[in-house]
Amino acid sequence: MNERIKKLRQESVSIKPYISSERAILVTRFYKNTASQVLSAPLKRALAFKHLLENKEIYIGQGELIVGERGPSPKATPTYPEITCHSLQDLDILNSREKTSFKVNGETRRIFEEEIIPFWEGQTVREKIFNSMTQEWIDAYEAGVFTEFMEQRAPGHTVLDDKIYSKGFSDFKEDIEKNLASLDYFIDPEAFRKSEQLKAMAVAADALIAYAERHAKEARQLAKREKDTLRKKELQKIADACSHVPKNAPRDFWEALQYYWFVHLGVIIELNTWDSFNPGRLDQHLYPFYKKGIEEGTLSKEKARELLQAFWVKFNNQPAPPKVGVTAEESATYTDFCLINLGGVKPDGSDAVNELTFLILDVVEEMRIVQPSSAVQVSKKNPDRFVKRAIQIVKTGFGQPSFFNTEAIIQEMLRQGKSLEDARQGGASGCIEAGIFGKENYNLTGYFNLPKVLEITLNNGLDPRTGKKIGLETGDPRRFSSFEELFQAFRNQVRYFLDIKVRGNNVIERIFAEYLPTPFLSLLINDCIAKGKDYHDGGARYNNSYIQGVGLGTVTDCLASLRFNVFDRRLISMEQVIEALKKNFEGYEALRQKFLNKTPKYGNDDDYADSLLKDVFEAFYAGVNGRPNTKGGCYRINLLPTTVHIYFGKMTGATPDGRKASEPLSEGISPVQGADRFGPTAVIKSAAKVDHLRTGGTLLNQKFTPQLLADEEGIDKLCHLIRAYFKMDGHHLQFNVVTADTLREAQRHPEKYRDMIVRVAGYSDYFVDLSVDLQNEIIRRTEHQAF
Amino acid sequence: MLTGVVFNIQKYSIHDGPGIRTTVFLKGCPLRCQWCHNPEGQSPDPEIALWPSRCLQECRECVSVCDRAALSKSDSLVFLDKNNCDLCGTCADVCPSRAIEIAGRRLSVGEVMEEVEKDLMFHDESGGGVTFSGGEPLMQPEFLQALLEESKKKGIHTTVDTCGFSRPDILDKICDSVDLFLYDLKVMDDRKHRQFTGGSNKAVLENLRRLDKQGKDVIVRIPVIPGVNDEEKDIEEMIGFLRSLENLRLLSLLPYHDLGKEKYRRFTLPYMVGNIQPPAGELIEKIKKRLESSGFEVTTGG
Repeated sequence: MNERIKKLRQESVSIKPYISSERAILVTRFYKNTASQVLSAPLKRALAFKHLLENKEIYIGQGELIVGERGPSPKATPTYPEITCHSLQDLDILNSREKTSFKVNGETRRIFEEEIIPFWEGQTVREKIFNSMTQEWIDAYEAGVFTEFMEQRAPGHTVLDDKIYSKGFSDFKEDIEKNLASLDYFIDPEAFRKSEQLKAMAVAADALIAYAERHAKEARQLAKREKDTLRKKELQKIADACSHVPKNAPRDFWEALQYYWFVHLGVIIELNTWDSFNPGRLDQHLYPFYKKGIEEGTLSKEKARELLQAFWVKFNNQPAPPKVGVTAEESATYTDFCLINLGGVKPDGSDAVNELTFLILDVVEEMRIVQPSSAVQVSKKNPDRFVKRAIQIVKTGFGQPSFFNTEAIIQEMLRQGKSLEDARQGGASGCIEAGIFGKENYNLTGYFNLPKVLEITLNNGLDPRTGKKIGLETGDPRRFSSFEELFQAFRNQVRYFLDIKVRGNNVIERIFAEYLPTPFLSLLINDCIAKGKDYHDGGARYNNSYIQGVGLGTVTDCLASLRFNVFDRRLISMEQVIEALKKNFEGYEALRQKFLNKTPKYGNDDDYADSLLKDVFEAFYAGVNGRPNTKGGCYRINLLPTTVHIYFGKMTGATPDGRKASEPLSEGISPVQGADRFGPTAVIKSAAKVDHLRTGGTLLNQKFTPQLLADEEGIDKLCHLIRAYFKMDGHHLQFNVVTADTLREAQRHPEKYRDMIVRVAGYSDYFVDLSVDLQNEIIRRTEHQAF
Repeated sequence: MLTGVVFNIQKYSIHDGPGIRTTVFLKGCPLRCQWCHNPEGQSPDPEIALWPSRCLQECRECVSVCDRAALSKSDSLVFLDKNNCDLCGTCADVCPSRAIEIAGRRLSVGEVMEEVEKDLMFHDESGGGVTFSGGEPLMQPEFLQALLEESKKKGIHTTVDTCGFSRPDILDKICDSVDLFLYDLKVMDDRKHRQFTGGSNKAVLENLRRLDKQGKDVIVRIPVIPGVNDEEKDIEEMIGFLRSLENLRLLSLLPYHDLGKEKYRRFTLPYMVGNIQPPAGELIEKIKKRLESSGFEVTTGG
């Protein structure tokens, strides 16, 4: 890493995130002054976007090569009051909370108090959403049965494909013009609606071109004043690049990166999309520019490395938009889940690993920052040296990159009826979510707390935490004469809450489609232009809504315990179990230890428990998969938690697997922390019993001690372990390589471990930024020793 | 039905032969190496292990189920009177917190193979297989032979990790079913060998020569124990012997570690070796270089 990058990286890592009022002020004034009765929603949004880009501050930092910031400077974090308007109390919490805090200065607070809050009170999408939900929905939401992604952030969950590397925004505009001209007002009743949407998209396209031009102008002025001749030249190059892209297709490696960056900014300025808008298959997209540059002698490997590193810093400069309440708990992190995919296969199905793949892996290793996150797609066609290079980076202990199974992703996509060519150009985004890049809206809608639903089942519809009846009366479990009866009750309860969740989501999807279309993002995702439809309204080629099952390991172990101890062995009555749970095992420690130690557990390649995992999977899958959403697509499942297993744990009382009230649930499809006793092969065998191909992604976390990867042999064998899991159709695997002792030491002396990054759940984060509960949970995750 | 006593089946073994291995630890060993890190493997019978830190203060389930009164409890610590214990294992069964465990269970060939075969996917992917270790696997010759033959029948790569202290005819019987031997060589001076391991090395050396002559794949594993076999003289004597073998190429150095110490307490066994420190990295490097200069390929750790 050269001096320039060191400095940029250091700046990015050390500046504390803070709330910027810039966007809130601009958007508020726009809405104040745009009271027009004849503006359609898409046009209004496009004009708001234009207003933002025309008026926001332009920032070009010292030594920067890739330019443009979401706010007025790095780590400035905007708010999106049209969706959720932070109250003064919210701001104070953001400012003072211990973890993932955002500084709020007095001036910002004053502006919110005087201008922002009074204007938006009662007018936000968030309020509209909560006011539109049924009482059942509110009850379940408040009880921690599920969360709702869209309650303070807009639908996102999409990734860019290769389209911007061969087309400029002027080309997109041409496509729009053609579509506008071909609208048939005689037979198409949607023609007017489409024309409003298309016009809005054209406005948004022009807005980004003009925004880039503002950077060009600023760079030219800086160049004029610059004394250093080298920097002067760089600034001129920056100016040239910003005049050329995004209006036109990029001409070289540098412009390709700058182009993407403007697009990225456009997406995250337009709305606070959940999450992970990112360039996707970066080694594929950039390779032609890299190759051409090297061949023509206009680019060196070192220059490419420097540009990539400068690009990396830009991601790290943009903390995730500030979340509050439950949403902050379900995803307590600054990271905004940009997951850059490397490797995999080309559209023709051949091995996609190239020289640039390895260069980008070098960048990942050298930069060691939480954003962007990186993933390697491992295809059976990829060489082992690629996988081993990735393992060497994992070994350095910051949780990146994670490993994805290309063949599994392709099969998941094909099962959903997508084309093979599209599937091969897909990948993973966010944490582990599989989708078609550039052509799909695969929207995550919320986490679903499976152990909580079992808890409610064991209480015949009552939430024991509040004493409120929120579920179905599925029968008094003390009267159940067989395990099957219990499981049927659980299945019915799952279905009941899923119905509530899906109904709510079908309303929320429409709220975004009607009130908050997203013309800029729609430019980028096929086939929004061709259909003349917004991204939020089914414009994408593929539209899937996901519900994420959480606590699979915990609920499996609970069911295994009930089956084993109550029904099969008859060691204890259901009445006693319920009593012990009610008392949070106080006075029942021996029983709790039996549940923990003498009861079959998922994660040990033991079918007694693992078969129940499959049953839970089927119950959840049946309640979700294939139900229509409002965008012409349907609901599907995936299995990941982000950090919600901590929050859900807090909302869930003691459970029959021996877990005490408030303790975290298991995460992803990983076994309950510490329940797996036979090492990684047994975990993998158990996890492979889930039918990964019927999901849109699963998350499996493994914690390894450094000794296990100490030598070449260890790296070799981990490579085999990954390959074996992927042969069994495993979707994803990630590793934390750090000792529990080190983590405990970091807890005691956070100041010494500020830069220690660990894998959380499909993403990496600074260990010291995590809540104490989450820190403890990571320490407890089974640490596989060297054998 | 043929059965044997097994005290562990270790998955994802990555240092006991090629690839990812499933290591089956057979109980019982003819030697008593003072540095042994698997002391629970020495006795051929099942043994009780105590984990005081796991013991629940109020709980007395183990004491109450023991009909021979071998267990007592005071100050929330359980004591085991080995003389009264018949190793029935009931206490371990009822203990809710795994504070009492029984090391060594009698398993059939089929039961062992069922566990081993769970890992076939990993063996196939990595070129791994099953490793029989101990204790000393040759102490249960019929059981070992049956396991090896069953493994070969199923196309599983087999490794035997042995101390070599065995009758030659026993070794001959299993030889054809073994793909690789991991063969321990401790010290050449027979007086020292007797002193530190409790047995002579005569049979050890003869058996190794015998396997080598037959052209079997053998990796000789040398534990490096400070004060026992780490002096120049020890190493030179060893080289003298090893060079006299016809086929041997691969050696593996196993530096002494004291991670087994805790186990001695658990099984209430005396830790003989006292306070030896693990050998310094430079010493291992030096020995490695010396062995390499004699024409061997040497790895460390394992």
